[in-house]
Amino acid sequence: MSANNCRAVKVIDVKPLGHSSPDEEIIELKLEYPGWRSGWRVGQFVMIRPVSWPLDLIWGRPFSICNADDNTLTILFQVVGRGTKRLAELTTGDKVNIWGPLGSFFSKPKDRPILMLAGGMGIAPFCGYVDSHDQPENLKLFFAHRPPLENYPLNSISEKVEVEDLRETKPEDILNIIARIDELVKEYADKKGLIVACGPTPFLRTVRSASIKYGVEAELSLENRMACGVGACLGCVTKDSTGHHTQVCTTGPVFKATDISLED
Amino acid sequence: MDMSVDFAGLKLKNPILTASGTFGFGLEFKRFGNLESLGGIIVKGLSLKPREGNPMPRIAETPCGMLNAIGIQNPGVEVFLKDRLPKLPWKTLPVLVNLYATDATEFGELAKVLSTEEGVAALEVNVSCPNVKEGGIAFGQDPSQITKVAEAVKKNAGNKPVIIKLSPNVTDIATCARAAEDGGADGISLINTLSGMAVDIERRAPRLTNVIGGLSGPAVKPVALRCVFQAVNAVKIPVIGLGGISSAEDAAEFLLVGAAAVQIGTANFLSPDTAFKIAEELPKVLERVNAKSLDEFRGSLKLPK
Ligand SMILES: Cc1cc2nc3c(=O)[nH]c(=O)nc-3n(C[C@H](O)[C@H](O)[C@H](O)COP(=O)(O)OP(=O)(O)OC[C@H]3O[C@@H](n4cnc5c(N)ncnc54)[C@H](O)[C@@H]3O)c2cc1C
Ligand SMILES: Cc1cc2nc3c(=O)[nH]c(=O)nc-3n(C[C@H](O)[C@H](O)[C@H](O)COP(=O)(O)O)c2cc1C
Ligand code: FES
Repeated sequence: MSANNCRAVKVIDVKPLGHSSPDEEIIELKLEYPGWRSGWRVGQFVMIRPVSWPLDLIWGRPFSICNADDNTLTILFQVVGRGTKRLAELTTGDKVNIWGPLGSFFSKPKDRPILMLAGGMGIAPFCGYVDSHDQPENLKLFFAHRPPLENYPLNSISEKVEVEDLRETKPEDILNIIARIDELVKEYADKKGLIVACGPTPFLRTVRSASIKYGVEAELSLENRMACGVGACLGCVTKDSTGHHTQVCTTGPVFKATDISLED
Repeated sequence: MDMSVDFAGLKLKNPILTASGTFGFGLEFKRFGNLESLGGIIVKGLSLKPREGNPMPRIAETPCGMLNAIGIQNPGVEVFLKDRLPKLPWKTLPVLVNLYATDATEFGELAKVLSTEEGVAALEVNVSCPNVKEGGIAFGQDPSQITKVAEAVKKNAGNKPVIIKLSPNVTDIATCARAAEDGGADGISLINTLSGMAVDIERRAPRLTNVIGGLSGPAVKPVALRCVFQAVNAVKIPVIGLGGISSAEDAAEFLLVGAAAVQIGTANFLSPDTAFKIAEELPKVLERVNAKSLDEFRGSLKLPK
């Protein structure tokens, strides 16, 4: 009845990556592919709510589609709260309700230098981005992170594209990250490149101001809190460039930097 | 089992409606189920002019529920009539419009705009939003205001049924229900959200920018059921029950205490096909508990002697 846009699928594998400590655990979740007839695009997300969740967790949780093929859908997530903690406890064969693919997606122009800027779990959509791009030689990834690099699934990316990373271990590191983003964005402005970015809001704010300062096209994927994921509750809104509230789940999550304001 | 309902002249295929603010304009759910399998949909609260709503963050998850302080963000009634309504299968799916205004006169104006719209099946009047300064909860706590709004809307609604949506944040729900009936309402719906709050001890700050929000979801079901029970016994007009319904069994509970129909709200967020599933499963649940018909089951609660 609900076609294949909302389905219960089986968990194939739940794998903690690297040697992450419990308070910064990063998990790769592999699910059965829900058989979306229309396929999916990089930057889109899914809402996940395990069938076993009792009513104390009301909402599904939104996650970027990290990658998918005919059999498997891969999600990458960090344990940050009640929901992700319980997602980490899933085991092979458990069933999860999943609805998607939702929202807008990154563009993937050919013959153009593309800079991927990822902050923390913002790395997730770029696994699929690299895999699905015809000319990975045009791509570069800059990655700002807190947990050690080995906790992220960077192998598949670094095999194909240049990766540069900066780890934040103390508050001063943030300044280095901001400075490096500024330099890189300027470089891509000179090259007439495209910037695609995903990460926490302060990270995106930095990317947004730099891209506007240097006049380079940028697409940002936002991670606002969501209840429905389908545009109904109006809980996830952000301000667009004209100051109007717009739904991140349906107008976004990927926005042109100049289309939103991201003010505090 | 025949599940059809005649609600104040409005013909519903079954008693399952979707609650305002939790089902968008219906279009958002088209890809998750057949809209026409529902009894009807109630769209997001509409005002005469567009409203931006409250600042973010405006939602928070709480045990078995959620708090919201959306503040009736909506594109305004004109945009709805021009851009959204024509895309809905309103000829076969009753589309009920939820109204928001700041005083009785404005409610009347809004009703007038909608009164001649063929695609609008009925009007549900929100006098109970806890998240707006004017025309919100304080308004719905005053029985004389409820009567005044009901009169103003009824006078301007043409032949469309008028449903007054009540707040549970009152001392005596029966008085409020009678106030709506006195104003000429064709029905009432209840409950809207319960006034609530959530705070974060680490940031020492409220979780919602608006500080206070409306609680909904399974956590409010016992309160909602009690309110519906008291309202059903206070008025002659039909009552639509809602508040925390997340399964066909929950829906049956409201019918048992006498609701003519029910609305599915926050449970639409558990997964976007919840309302469709409840509509499909309700007949099976009624059969399981040996109901002869919907009419026989409705209001058949056996009270202690
Ligand atoms: C479109 C979209 C795509 C997303 N993609 C991914 C993804 O690929 N991988 C991923 O790990 N996350 C992703 N997120 C974020 C993810 O949805 C949240 O981390 C998750 O919902 C948190 O659920 P929880 O129940 O564990 O946290 P809650 O119990 O709801 O919150 C617990 C605490 O965690 C904090 N918190 C919430 N979200 C985050 C966050 N993103 N980072 C740090 N702290 C947070 C809250 O403020 C709170 O203090 C995405 C979000 C969106 C909107
Ligand atoms: C996000 C959200 C938005 C809402 N918006 C409206 C609204 O615009 N008008 C209205 O009358 N009620 C609104 N409500 C209240 C619901 O329609 C319903 O009365 C309430 O949530 C209780 O039912 P539930 O527990 O099944 O959700 C809203 C509720 C939520 C959760
Ligand atoms: S999450 Fe509900 S509108 Fe975006």
